[in-house]
Amino acid sequence: MSTPSETVKEADGELRWELPARGPVGMYCLIAAEAAIFVIFVVAYLFYVGKSVSGPTPSILSLPLFISLCLLSSSLSIHLAVGALKRGRPASFLAYWVLTLLLGAIFLAGTAREWRHLIYEEGLRIDTNLFGTTYYSLVGLHALHVTVGLLLIGTVAVFTFLRKVQQEHAGHVEVLSLYWHFVDAVWVVVFTVVYVIGR
Amino acid sequence: MSTETTGWTTPADATVPLVDRLHGWVTTVDHKRLGILYILYALFFLVVGGIEATLLRIQLIRPHNAFLSPEVFNQLFTMHGTTMIFFVAMPLVFGFANYLVPLMIGARDMAFPRLNAFSFWMTAFGGFVLYFSVVGGYGLYGMATAPDVGWFAYAPLTAKTFSPGHSTDFWTLSLLVSGVGSIGTAVNLITTIICLRCPGMTLGKMPLLAWLNLAMAVLVVLAVSPLTAAQLMLVVDRYLGGHFFDTQAGGSAVLWMHFFWVFGHPEVYVLVIPAFAFASEIIPVFSRKAIFGYPVMVAATLAICFISMSVWAHHMFTVGMTSLSNTFFVLSTMAIAVPTGIKIFNWLATMWGGKISFRTPMLFSTAFLFQFLTAGLTGVMLSSAPFNWQLSGSYFVVAHFHYVIVGGILFMAFAAFYYWFPKVSGRMYDERLGKLHFWLFTIGFHLTFDCMHVPGLLGMPRRIYTYEPGRGWDVWNLLVTVGVLFQGVAVLIFVANLILSYLRGPLAGSDPWDAWTLEWSTSSPPPEYNFAVLPVVRSRRPLWDLKHPEDPDWKYE
Repeated sequence: MSTPSETVKEADGELRWELPARGPVGMYCLIAAEAAIFVIFVVAYLFYVGKSVSGPTPSILSLPLFISLCLLSSSLSIHLAVGALKRGRPASFLAYWVLTLLLGAIFLAGTAREWRHLIYEEGLRIDTNLFGTTYYSLVGLHALHVTVGLLLIGTVAVFTFLRKVQQEHAGHVEVLSLYWHFVDAVWVVVFTVVYVIGR
Repeated sequence: MSTETTGWTTPADATVPLVDRLHGWVTTVDHKRLGILYILYALFFLVVGGIEATLLRIQLIRPHNAFLSPEVFNQLFTMHGTTMIFFVAMPLVFGFANYLVPLMIGARDMAFPRLNAFSFWMTAFGGFVLYFSVVGGYGLYGMATAPDVGWFAYAPLTAKTFSPGHSTDFWTLSLLVSGVGSIGTAVNLITTIICLRCPGMTLGKMPLLAWLNLAMAVLVVLAVSPLTAAQLMLVVDRYLGGHFFDTQAGGSAVLWMHFFWVFGHPEVYVLVIPAFAFASEIIPVFSRKAIFGYPVMVAATLAICFISMSVWAHHMFTVGMTSLSNTFFVLSTMAIAVPTGIKIFNWLATMWGGKISFRTPMLFSTAFLFQFLTAGLTGVMLSSAPFNWQLSGSYFVVAHFHYVIVGGILFMAFAAFYYWFPKVSGRMYDERLGKLHFWLFTIGFHLTFDCMHVPGLLGMPRRIYTYEPGRGWDVWNLLVTVGVLFQGVAVLIFVANLILSYLRGPLAGSDPWDAWTLEWSTSSPPPEYNFAVLPVVRSRRPLWDLKHPEDPDWKYE
């Protein structure tokens, strides 16, 4: 990393002074802030379950098992990708990285398909009733985070194709993977709340 | 004093064209310059918000006054509240944190300098968006209108039906944008404090200011994010036809209250903890004693942080919650007075037996101790639900929270201004003007906010634009408004003191107060890189160790 020294060691060896790297710490803080935002949306969803005065109810939802499986697997693949880069194996990094991108894209496409079904066949839009408002907001906020993650992962993929991503960038890539793990973890909560408890 | 500084006041600057110098300020990522930008921005809005308050008070100086129309009155109290919290208090807190934290922990900059600049400009843009509503509320063709829904914007007032036009949208977007900036700065501060401390500065040896700002930043992350979420919901309601707070479609107005105050109450501690931080640095230096009970101060701060996340619904006793909720929030609110009280005792114990010198920063700090205690006591009164039912929404509450924000936070901010002015500008402020500012402001403060409690007790509701004569409120309202005059003059003297001292004050040298923390070990103003050699510390008062090698602190800590 081209950062100011995060590790200062005294020449005489009397004082060893090492502090955590700033990248992961910053990302954990951002994740805490994002988690607080999601908590508010989850609370709103649970508070309003069954309170719609008209229109469709959560019973029209079907379990998105396949795309959920894809998203959760992408956590594993990004983990393997980072590990490969750390050990200096760019080819296997690229393979796992592109796999992550694909799995994320499948998830997003699945969400799009689900929304198309809900909008055109079930008549549920964001302004239809409380269920529509809370459902599209919560799932949409998560999908927005997936989209941002995919854009970032895609950017790294482009740089990898240009052979600009090397072993020394493993720290940066790992920070991005923390974000992606968070997006996956949020999906576990959203899935439980929307498709298991709320249905 | 060392003259090899590359700060912003060197003679070399004079040869650089003005445009280039301004360009340097706009594109800067230096934590000191961004800190100064935050503070100047806050001072500008302090004057704007102060003028709004003055207009409100002129309207209320006598019964049946017709100085302002009811519509303008509503807009002014909304803008006054929003401005003072989000564009005065928050930027002040962030400005001082930005400037001081890296210097005090012996770092060369914040952890993410560009994120720092981004956060500042987001905050700045937020203020611009809020005030753009004055011309943009109904478009540019005349009907200018500012937001008029109150600073906590209760639903359903914010629904399209009751807030047509765009004034409420400007309010929402302004808070959304500046909220992103706040979260960015908080993330940056936490990372800086965890990752960039100089060698030897373990958490237990950090200056209390750094500790308290760490606590503040954690609260920002946990409290401003819910506000951001709630504003997103409001945007969905207003732009996409959502029903989050639409009571016609089964939505709940009370949910907005909960979401707002989940932010709103920790926010009070976001603002007051940095004030505690200033007190914990200034009082020891002017008492010539180390802070009393450092570990207890840290523990009390963390306790305040923790408890402050569970007191929000004491803003909602009159809404009608279950008696279980009422009991919980009464008890948690009373509990938070305990760690706060511990702090007050610690500051008093620091002063006790000290060689106190009442320079301007110490005068403000001493007044802060007394006034913050009083504000806390009315807070404990209001935390009792039955008492709260009687007085919620009255001028008693207005007096209480202004006592906290003006008597506590603003007084400590003034103390911090005078204390660190020599470091930031390299020049000493004028002590006589400083003392004049203090006495005028203290007289004005007490005239305004002591007197404001009484009409509240006599039943005067907040946010009314006028009132009937003969209810016993008349004299008190007159006195309240007269106090504003004193405060206004005092703030003008303060600003004049800053400008004159910056231009003509005597050189201060690097350590005018004979203080003990690292920011006083570098030149005034500090060079861009802060420290030529990263300092190594062994105690909580590294400069004491340096000045007294025969009796260093680390032998006792």
